[in-house]
Amino acid sequence: MITEVTMPSMGADMTEGAVARWLKKEGDAVKRGEILAEIETDKAVVEMEAYGSGVLRKIVVTEGKKVRVGELIAYIGDPSDALPAAAGKPRAEPAATKPEAPRPAAPSAARAPETARQPEAPAAAERPASADDGDRIKASPVAKKLAEQHGVDLATVTGTGPGGRITRDDVEAAAKSGSRPASAPAAAPAPAPAPALAASGETVQLTSMRQAIARVTVRSKTQIPHFYVTAAVDMTEAMKVRKQLNDALEPEKIRVSVNDFVIRAAVVALKKYPKFNSFFEGDKLVGHAQINIGIAIALEAGLIVPAVLGCQSKSLKEIAVSARALGEKARSGKLTQEELTGATFSTSNLGMFDVDQFVAIIVPPQSGILAVGRVTKTPVVKNDQIVIAEILKATVSVDHRVADGAEAAVFLGEVKKALENPISLLV
Amino acid sequence: MREALQRGLREALDGNPNVYLMGEDIGAYGGAYAITAGFIDEYGPERIRDVPISENTFVGAAIGSAIGGLRPIVEFMSISFSLLAFDQMINIGAAIRYMSGGQFKVPIVIRAPTGSGIQLAATHSHAFENWLASVPGFRVVAPTTPYDALGLLRSALAEDNPVIMAEHVSLYGRRGEVPDDRYTVPIGKADVKLAGSDITLVAFAHGVVTAFEVADKLKERGIAAEVIDLRSLRPLDMDTILKSIAKTNRVALIDDNWRTGGMMAEVSAQISEQGFDLLDGPVARVGGDDVPAPYSRPLEQLVIPDSDRVIQAIQKTYGI
Repeated sequence: MITEVTMPSMGADMTEGAVARWLKKEGDAVKRGEILAEIETDKAVVEMEAYGSGVLRKIVVTEGKKVRVGELIAYIGDPSDALPAAAGKPRAEPAATKPEAPRPAAPSAARAPETARQPEAPAAAERPASADDGDRIKASPVAKKLAEQHGVDLATVTGTGPGGRITRDDVEAAAKSGSRPASAPAAAPAPAPAPALAASGETVQLTSMRQAIARVTVRSKTQIPHFYVTAAVDMTEAMKVRKQLNDALEPEKIRVSVNDFVIRAAVVALKKYPKFNSFFEGDKLVGHAQINIGIAIALEAGLIVPAVLGCQSKSLKEIAVSARALGEKARSGKLTQEELTGATFSTSNLGMFDVDQFVAIIVPPQSGILAVGRVTKTPVVKNDQIVIAEILKATVSVDHRVADGAEAAVFLGEVKKALENPISLLV
Repeated sequence: MREALQRGLREALDGNPNVYLMGEDIGAYGGAYAITAGFIDEYGPERIRDVPISENTFVGAAIGSAIGGLRPIVEFMSISFSLLAFDQMINIGAAIRYMSGGQFKVPIVIRAPTGSGIQLAATHSHAFENWLASVPGFRVVAPTTPYDALGLLRSALAEDNPVIMAEHVSLYGRRGEVPDDRYTVPIGKADVKLAGSDITLVAFAHGVVTAFEVADKLKERGIAAEVIDLRSLRPLDMDTILKSIAKTNRVALIDDNWRTGGMMAEVSAQISEQGFDLLDGPVARVGGDDVPAPYSRPLEQLVIPDSDRVIQAIQKTYGI
């Protein structure tokens, strides 16, 4: 039996990916569950397990080449069985027969942890038995010419023209967002440190990860109309509660950070205003039953924003435990793909760098991100008296397609209220 | 446009005693479209010559007189009637200069009302300018504006080869600025009538009017169309068209006349030959329906492509 290995979907908004590295060679024996390859998405490099056992008969997609989700990348099977006739030719899916981004209605709920292990599921059924024009990449003449000029690999570009034709605009967008075949062969599963510029004037090749960060942030800032709302939060009470809590949790070796308070407060506000926990999709907002809070983590190699999953039912203490575990997994490269891509709303904290406040870029397809600075003792006026308060400045970045300024202000007000009444975070 | 043509004809008659006009009912009746109204009183029947219904004969006579040194301007009542004169026009008019090794020149202008849209039914609504434009030896022009009509007529009267001036019947009443000076519009040069960056619309004569409607509608959607008026069907100015497509990467061709083998079939073929790498999709070609012109007004309007049909074709072809 021959099994087709196709590009797995590693997240709700993943439309394409590249094999960063094949860990097996053609002819190698493969056991179900073994790591077959490393897949690079816009966000991370994730290991892909083999779905079937047998021999890796043929690698269809070479390392670094981007293909759409569901596209054939290799065959696994008995050495004696014949490969299908089309084997060896990477096929471009005829776009008309394939939804642009296979996205479940409620992504976080529907996304099962083993998504990566069902490679043949969605696309194989939809692919026409005889892919007549599937062998050919349909691109307009000017698109081909531009692709050549800009060094864009047309196989990595999704056509938006009639019949899925790759148009001039598609190539220009790809050239702008740097969608090129990754020339760096592979990023290690635990991300390697970003190369530092040894001397000014030197040019260094960006890692896959840095290139992915570039793509995601450009996509965000060019497609999402950001706006920002800032509020000063009085953390005086919260800091007292935190101290008591940490004293009490000392025997369990659990420490609750200011950031855990912020996450918990965000969850409280998101429950009340679920709009901010939804994804914008053209003419609709897709809400999520789960609240998965992404935490911006600065690794040496670059930024990742993995999520604490299921925050809607987690206590402050559980959030603290999960967030700490998440950070450790991030540093050791052990994050699951769900953690890597499942966030529905994010937070970012630069307080440890003595930053007072800043604005963050939304991680698509999310609708908002909450950026907080340090907690600092500040003279404030209370009841016409100048007193010292522990002030935290919180700035929420919001997708204006999803919500307006007044709504964002109310949402942020809810975060502030929750943090200023920390008991509410404990229930 | 009527007045612009009258002005051009008067200039020619006033400026050159060898110029004379010939056609059916152009004298006492003033011409089927009243272009020569009053001319017979001003210039007399020697120079404003009414002829019987005998197209092949009077065109042959005009060609002979042109070879002999006169400068005739012939008017057909309708380009439909030019069919009767194709023998003289093509076998003699277009060929004799070449066949005589340049000994004979044929400085003749043939004006022909063309096209449909005013309920003249199938036998009076033809548009054969594309057929004539396929004949080596001819110059074929088709103005849209009064300015171009006068400028092209002046250039035609300076030509030593037969020039066919296809005058669209629905444009005779069209108004437009015409300066007082003796400007000319060169034959063989298309005109960018509206500059735009997103799609090139190529048309001629009444099709240009449609192209402007298309451009207005596209503009509402933020799409900037460039409108090119061919003006000359032969020689065809591909440079202007290709230059525009190099900028827009998209092109829609609009032709009122029968689509099959129409003028835009030639334009389309040359674009694919010379501008393939410029294109972001196939050429969008919109032409009149392949049916004899209906008499019924609603049906007649139905077979002539309107702006909505062009926009549909653009959407289908380019997804914009």
